[in-house]
Amino acid sequence: MAETHSLQDLQQPAASSKVFVQRDYGSGTISKFQTKFPSELESRIDKQQFEETIQTLNNLYAEAEKLGGKSYLEGCLACLTAYTVFLCMETHYEKVLKKISRYIKDQNEKIYAPRGLLLTDPIERGLRVVEITIFEDRNIGSGR
Amino acid sequence: MKNCEYQQIDPRALSVSPSSAQQNHTEKKVQRSRRKWEVFPGKNKFFCDGRVILARHSGVLPLTLGLIVVTCGLFFAFDCPFLVEHLTVFIPVIGGVLFLFVVISLLRTSFTDPGILPRATPDEAADIEKQIDTSGSSTYRPPPRTKEILINQQVVKLKYCFTCKMFRPPRTSHCSLCDNCVERFDHHCPWVGNCVGKRNYRFFYSFIISLSFLTSFIFGCVVTHITLRSQEGKSLIQAVQESPASVVELVICFFSIWSVLGLSGFHTYLVASNLTTNEDIKGSWSSKRCTEESGNPYSYNNIITNCCVTLCGPMPPSLIDRRGFLSVVEATPAAAAAAASASEMELPPFPAKNEANMCTRSTKSVLERMVHSFDSRGLCPPGAPKTTPLGVEVSSMATPSAGCSCQPGVAPCPPFSRSSKRRDSLHSSNPAFRLASPSPSLSRTTLILGDAHDIGFIPLP
Repeated sequence: MAETHSLQDLQQPAASSKVFVQRDYGSGTISKFQTKFPSELESRIDKQQFEETIQTLNNLYAEAEKLGGKSYLEGCLACLTAYTVFLCMETHYEKVLKKISRYIKDQNEKIYAPRGLLLTDPIERGLRVVEITIFEDRNIGSGR
Repeated sequence: MKNCEYQQIDPRALSVSPSSAQQNHTEKKVQRSRRKWEVFPGKNKFFCDGRVILARHSGVLPLTLGLIVVTCGLFFAFDCPFLVEHLTVFIPVIGGVLFLFVVISLLRTSFTDPGILPRATPDEAADIEKQIDTSGSSTYRPPPRTKEILINQQVVKLKYCFTCKMFRPPRTSHCSLCDNCVERFDHHCPWVGNCVGKRNYRFFYSFIISLSFLTSFIFGCVVTHITLRSQEGKSLIQAVQESPASVVELVICFFSIWSVLGLSGFHTYLVASNLTTNEDIKGSWSSKRCTEESGNPYSYNNIITNCCVTLCGPMPPSLIDRRGFLSVVEATPAAAAAAASASEMELPPFPAKNEANMCTRSTKSVLERMVHSFDSRGLCPPGAPKTTPLGVEVSSMATPSAGCSCQPGVAPCPPFSRSSKRRDSLHSSNPAFRLASPSPSLSRTTLILGDAHDIGFIPLP
């Protein structure tokens, strides 16, 4: 065990493992992530805090994909202009995605980084998973 | 099998890549950072520095475009002058607007990412493998890779995609022509030279609807033209002789109308019931197959809502980030590894962006061979036996007590990446995969060893 650990030190500045929060398809194909608290994070962060982050993300994605008057208007306008309007205009979805990136960055800075965790924006993983990287502290014992 | 040619990637590349990487390293330092489309693993072609995406086999797209342009050209050149003179000037105007709409819709359908799902990163794939194996590790054969979930109180089966190494989301299907998983996969259309999926279905629909209008319009105008000509005291034959182009247009339009109108009608039905061609053909939600009261779980049970959702809903973003840059950490080794591996084995004449594809394919071939050749032996789950060729290098890094480099739940990818750090870059179409897998794998080895003996493994000699 000790040999493994020192080898890790030589190769990596900080050992890490990853936890993946999968998609929740219970309501169909909309972008929604499971709020189930992964066991690997139990010692690192509050369950409630984590669930709040995921829930906020889910709400933001719901806002992006919301079907309503505004999105239909955008769709009809696009159709009438033979979809050329998207060449100059940013879609509502893209605007919300930027909002989500800012939110994740903010959460990382305030809550997750101090606890040795890092949230990866799901869009970088094709909206499949929320990847949480757990950085091991070298001073603490063997890897988890 | 197509995958055979990728089998020899590991041993020879291992021995050669260190030296060649050193040679190339200094040269490649000044190389520009590459964009992600250049290492995209699917069978796609990219133009305009990643802005435009097309399937590798563009099918008959040139023919489609050619037919439309030629027919409209003939119409404007030969029929319009007569009709403008005898009827109204709006005829070429309407024709022109329809023509533009058709061409723009067609190009948007062909050149838009249909909703390709990027392949799972090696860490994700390993995580999924771990979950599958812990649930079914005692079975004789690898468990059938499906997962059942409830959508709107209806059971839906999600299949595992061996190429993309993930469970496909609902309504997603893997297109073998493009070698990609596509969300809300409708079909691969050779006329358009691309898959039709979530992101370009509305363009496809507007293309076929506007094309139906255009062909009907041209057909009607040409018939009117010939009729008017023959009414001026000439016979039909004479009228046709005066305007031979009209016959060509008539023939093209006549045959197109049947197919295009039929297709439009079919897709209108699909849109109204929120179905895809794929689901309709397979009969996924047909009443014959489902015994209890069930139907399409995605339908809103309201025609107008279904239409609005499919055609006017929010435009989802492209998930593959074609124009993003690969991080410099990976770009340099990737070039070196590409140079090394390209010289070492016979490659089909693919462009440079297929190195990632090679690694994915080699992993896929390994997994497939697992399934085929080891199904009679309830041994280590996929991944273990194949580490034996690499085991020499692997076990030198692991502790001596890890007699078996069998790591249940860790897919073959970690051994590949462990043995050659330069291989890391080939796995990632994602810059965030910068943390090399050795550490998690090694740390997992220490955990899992305790359970390994339950499964039964082949100790390394």
